Amino acid sequence: MKPVLEVEKLTKRFGGITAVDDVSFSVQEGEILGIIGPNGCGKSTLFNCILGQLQPSAGHVHVDGRNVTGSSPEALNALGVSRTFQLLQVFAQLSVHENLILAGQEHQGTMLRRLIGRRDAGLADAAAQMVRFFNLQHLADERAGALSFGQQKLLDCAMAFMSGPRLVLLDEPAGGVNLTMLKHLHGRLRAINEERRSTFVVIEHNMDFVMSLCSRVIVLAEGRKLAEGTPAQIRADQKVIAAYLGH
Amino acid sequence: MTPRARLIGIAAAACLVAILLFLPLGLNTYGLFILSMWAVMSIAAMGLNLTLGYAGQVSLAQGAFVGIGAYTAALLTINGYSLALAFAAAALLCFAVGWLLGYPALRVQHHYLAFVTLAFSTLAYLVFRNEEWLTKGIYGISGVPRPAALGIDLAKPLPFYYFCLAILAVVVVAVWWLVKSPWGRAFVAIRENPLRARSLGVNTSRYTLLAFAIGSGLGGIAGALYAPLVEFVDPSPFTLLLSLNLLMMVIVGGSGYFAGPLLGAIIAVLLPEWLRAIQSYYLILYALLVMAILMWSPTGILGIADAWLERRRSIARSRALAEKTPTLASGEDA
Repeated sequence: MKPVLEVEKLTKRFGGITAVDDVSFSVQEGEILGIIGPNGCGKSTLFNCILGQLQPSAGHVHVDGRNVTGSSPEALNALGVSRTFQLLQVFAQLSVHENLILAGQEHQGTMLRRLIGRRDAGLADAAAQMVRFFNLQHLADERAGALSFGQQKLLDCAMAFMSGPRLVLLDEPAGGVNLTMLKHLHGRLRAINEERRSTFVVIEHNMDFVMSLCSRVIVLAEGRKLAEGTPAQIRADQKVIAAYLGH
Repeated sequence: MTPRARLIGIAAAACLVAILLFLPLGLNTYGLFILSMWAVMSIAAMGLNLTLGYAGQVSLAQGAFVGIGAYTAALLTINGYSLALAFAAAALLCFAVGWLLGYPALRVQHHYLAFVTLAFSTLAYLVFRNEEWLTKGIYGISGVPRPAALGIDLAKPLPFYYFCLAILAVVVVAVWWLVKSPWGRAFVAIRENPLRARSLGVNTSRYTLLAFAIGSGLGGIAGALYAPLVEFVDPSPFTLLLSLNLLMMVIVGGSGYFAGPLLGAIIAVLLPEWLRAIQSYYLILYALLVMAILMWSPTGILGIADAWLERRRSIARSRALAEKTPTLASGEDA
């Protein structure tokens, strides 16, 4: 079986600094892969290189066997690759409902249909379902900017799923989210993973969250892959404890 | 939009329509001319609002597009072609020129884009002034006819005013449709956060180019209405000053608000006429007034209204929340 995502010897240099150094890994369909590591170890740079927001200095990225190295973010999105952001990146001026429709509309019909067709691009039901799924229904008509931090994080996640993606890259979904909402998010991600066989790659600092959500974990340190294995193997790995978990 | 905001919007629109329909009955020729000019400038400013207010691109070329539209309409109608054809030609030509200008120009943003469009504006003015074989240079094209439309004679000021109003109404409905369609949503997304928009599959360069070209096309329609209104087209109204004036209309009215350009055009076109009584001081007063508005509310007049509604809304929201959750413990995830 072909992996959904295959990263091959990916390297990103900024001047003299090598932020991501020869990192390779692959993700199978339906898998939830965690990426952990200390701050500044290159996790977000790795994401940005995979997602076409940065051009990698060397190496390749394949999605469903197709070489997408250096493709634009919108081209990757069209292939079914979606993402969430570490910092809040929802559209503050639009309502929650509008944010969700925006997140799916480019996957509906042609340019012309999006002009003369239905204003909600036929996504009103899907958006209503999504706000219920993430327990945001009482906020559907609020401006996204009026939501609390945790609620905006949930919205950001919900937006990533509006296009029915094959692969979702989540950048610190739990960062700054309170405990109740964290449990909720954990449950929702699990449910989507099981129902839709969606594949996730998750960057996270919250160890409990990563270890209970992911089936496999990669540890990055100083831009290199330090270890790879099941959560149990990672917890027991002496190198990992020394570099990261021990602190 | 809350029900209250929608209600206020509908009421304001109804009042405006009533005023626009009945006010001119008591006006003289000059008054009708000014009101018609307001409709023309409103159309041009609505086009610029698409580019600037919705898609977030600063353009200083809108005045040039009005000029291109005006010359196109003048040259066609004076050679006996119908007004409908003149409108279509002006809109399509400006759309095409906007597209061609935007293709290289939209690679840069913000003040760089302003400079590129400023250069285009200057270039267009030089063409209007110097290409005498086509534009008759500084002497201009006089005797632009007001052909009949749908069998109605538009030669008199009052029918022509209603004609301007009808064109404005068509533009308002079309732009309303556009900004409420997925395209409009994509425009706003590009303005707010292009990076995030791209990660959701929004082709930012294509949408930005479309916003710019459609905005330019509306400039062309305004120009096609300008030519038969003034019945004379020369280069002098289409300098950079017109572009700056249109920019001011959009910003003072409220950039990114649907009705912003209509309001901005009232201030830019009608206010100077009302202030004419104080003669040459009017420019000073006018400038001070505009500066005062922008210092008080950088988001324009509609920005003030919006902030007021939002404040009332958040008070109502916190009151409702306080009633719903008597204890603090239930938290935000309740």
